[in-house]
Amino acid sequence: MKAAGNPVANGAAGAAIVAASLGCFALGVLAVAGDGWKALATMLTFYRPTGPLSGVSTVAIVVWLVAWSVAHRAWRGKTVAWGKVSVVAFMFLGLALLLTFPPVGDLLLGK
Amino acid sequence: MQITGRDLVTIIHGMLFGGLFLMACFGVLILLHRSLSIRGGGELTEAGRRREHIFLVVMVVLGWGAVLSGAYFVYPWYRAIPPAGVTNLGAYPQRLLLADPHTAGWHTLGMEWKEHVAWMAPILMTMVAWVLMKYEDAGEEHRRLRSTAVVFALAALLAGGVAAGFGALIDKQAPVTGGPAINLMRGTR
Repeated sequence: MKAAGNPVANGAAGAAIVAASLGCFALGVLAVAGDGWKALATMLTFYRPTGPLSGVSTVAIVVWLVAWSVAHRAWRGKTVAWGKVSVVAFMFLGLALLLTFPPVGDLLLGK
Repeated sequence: MQITGRDLVTIIHGMLFGGLFLMACFGVLILLHRSLSIRGGGELTEAGRRREHIFLVVMVVLGWGAVLSGAYFVYPWYRAIPPAGVTNLGAYPQRLLLADPHTAGWHTLGMEWKEHVAWMAPILMTMVAWVLMKYEDAGEEHRRLRSTAVVFALAALLAGGVAAGFGALIDKQAPVTGGPAINLMRGTR
């Protein structure tokens, strides 16, 4: 990483991209886990009429925002290796898209 | 000409928030394509920049409006459990779909996919909008950054498209309806 204060540093963008993809990944993991474990589904029911979806989405948003805040503080003003950042972000995004597709979740849960 | 209160909320959720959000996502892809295709000298005026910011913020608000109205207004009506002894499942869309093996897939695949994947769209587009606003002056230096943003905008469009498509199809099979009647127009003879 280059020195802080670089006017065209990509660190803030890297933090935003990795955090958003991590939030999506958390959504996918929680969706599958909530479907597989009744106790977790009950814990994730923050608002009864909406059911576990209320907790799955809320926790994923919290993961996204916390990750964004932490990564932003660490990377802002710095230049990060964009190739590595992209690979990590695409990996989380791809897994998130797979995990939210019900047949994949069912396969993982042995349904 | 009447609709019900739930029809109205469903229209606001799907057509106002969801439909306009998807169109705005497509607009962002055009913006990104344009910024990747311009070779120097393509700077926006201050007014143009301000309007572009307003467009991006409105898109983000529409995306969050779609998922929040869906999860906290429409979805509870969709998944309501009928009281014991109720045989007409018209007001209980999820139960109506699951009662027939020919329609159960609309819930077990369609709704279960839609309800989760939909949340990815506003998360991703909030990030894309923020990056576009933050790096609007970066010009040529951040072409790779914009190329990455294109992938995320496409993923958001896919997620939103799945949610919108299944939402429309499920509502045709088992509509969310009920609540107070709203007169849109007096009947004519």
